[in-house]
Amino acid sequence: MIKFEHVFKSFPKGGLALKDVSFHVAKGEFVFLTGHSGAGKSTVLKLIYADERPTGGEVRVSGFPAGDLPARDVPQLRRRLGVVFQDFRLLEDRTAEENVAFALEVTGARRGQIPPRVMRVLTQVGLAAKAQAYPRELSGGEQQRVAIARALVNEPTVLLADEPTGNLDERATRGVFQLLRDINASGTAVLMATHDLDIVRQAPYRIIELQDGAVVYDSTVDEPRDRAAGP
Amino acid sequence: MNLVLREAILAFRRAPLLSALSVTTIAFSLFVVGLFGLVALNLQRRLDDIAERVEIVAYVLPGTPLETVTLALQDVEAFPEVASAGYVSEDSALARARGELAEFRDVLRELERNPLPASIEVKLEPGFRDTDHVTQVAERLRGFGFVDDVRFGRDWVEKLDRLRRVAAIVGLVVGAAFAAVAIIIIGTTIRMAVLQRSREIAIMRLVGATDGFIRRPFLLQGAFKGMLGGVIAVGLSYAAYVSINRWLIQADFFSREQAAAIVGFGTVIGFLGSALSVGRHLKRV
Repeated sequence: MIKFEHVFKSFPKGGLALKDVSFHVAKGEFVFLTGHSGAGKSTVLKLIYADERPTGGEVRVSGFPAGDLPARDVPQLRRRLGVVFQDFRLLEDRTAEENVAFALEVTGARRGQIPPRVMRVLTQVGLAAKAQAYPRELSGGEQQRVAIARALVNEPTVLLADEPTGNLDERATRGVFQLLRDINASGTAVLMATHDLDIVRQAPYRIIELQDGAVVYDSTVDEPRDRAAGP
Repeated sequence: MNLVLREAILAFRRAPLLSALSVTTIAFSLFVVGLFGLVALNLQRRLDDIAERVEIVAYVLPGTPLETVTLALQDVEAFPEVASAGYVSEDSALARARGELAEFRDVLRELERNPLPASIEVKLEPGFRDTDHVTQVAERLRGFGFVDDVRFGRDWVEKLDRLRRVAAIVGLVVGAAFAAVAIIIIGTTIRMAVLQRSREIAIMRLVGATDGFIRRPFLLQGAFKGMLGGVIAVGLSYAAYVSINRWLIQADFFSREQAAAIVGFGTVIGFLGSALSVGRHLKRV
């Protein structure tokens, strides 16, 4: 599903962001990507959705050579992925429903298909009743649910979440995390970058820990360690 | 297309102030170009009016039979440069002199013999009223055996030539400068509209929109703003023309094609400006 082989990434001005990163994420797996801020979590995600290109090594995502995908094929890759962010990235001047529908419209989905599919995912994230609300009328947790609905509407095989609970209070965090677990339970692989150890401790999922751009711990290969100790 | 149109209209509705501002900016930029165009157009028309007076007069030797001159007239009229050629007999030359030179009326009346020669008056087609062509035609007229002398006011034609050349160069340079300024202002305005929506563009890309999909509503919007600005600019120019006509001088307005060209210019700048701004933006992000 996702394959990193000896991936290096350096920025012209920022030095080395990733050093020899290798890991595989299997179909339907749930993986935590942990580490301090600046450890390279977001860079890993950006390489997956081809927002950045590796300076060395190979990145493959759902059969796409994400590392050296021609620019015109990038949209095709992104339609197979769902991405959610800490800051939600919703369009402020569109309703929840329109925000979700937007992701279908850009892919050229048939018009008649759009409303039922949008309502289905909004129901799935528990926001069917607020379909007509604008982002500013929603709480942080609700906005993140809209963002997740948008990420899901194209039925991705992988959901990438970059600190999805970073802006949420404890209750909303629990709700959003449970939603991600449900999504994973229905077969979608989830790669969640977080530095929230409370969440990591809550679930028995695989952990990949980054430090200064290198993988320092992978729970599937390395010795199990006390989850509470964490990174 | 449906979706593109909807997105373009939505963009107007979402940012009505910015949209109105950019249309206004485009309109006023094109209005300045339009005003300059009006000045250039009217100057050109006046110069053409003056050039219409360019005339070559070939004096006919006394005693030339009328048939000879009539035959020659047909030849002259067949010259590609010639718009019309007319014969002025001795008598009509005298009658004209009497009418035009009122001060000498008495002298002219008491003449025993008509001293004025008959002549052929040649008017040239527009486009041939410059020194070179006038001289060429004059030389050809001189070639007729019955022609005594040919006059056309060389100094005057040369001066007119120079004036037209200067007017054309100044018009071109100043016009190009105005157009360039309009393009820069309109380009900047459109760039602002693109930047204002950069977040939206980033989100579009994230959910898998192709660059073409992102670009199309902007192009449509840019072209439409340019067109609207062009229409307003023509309207403003017309208002200016009406008040100039009422308070200052009799002037001419653009032809339908010229007005359409201003609107077309606005549309093209709007379209290209958007293409350039969005293209640059998409390449950068």
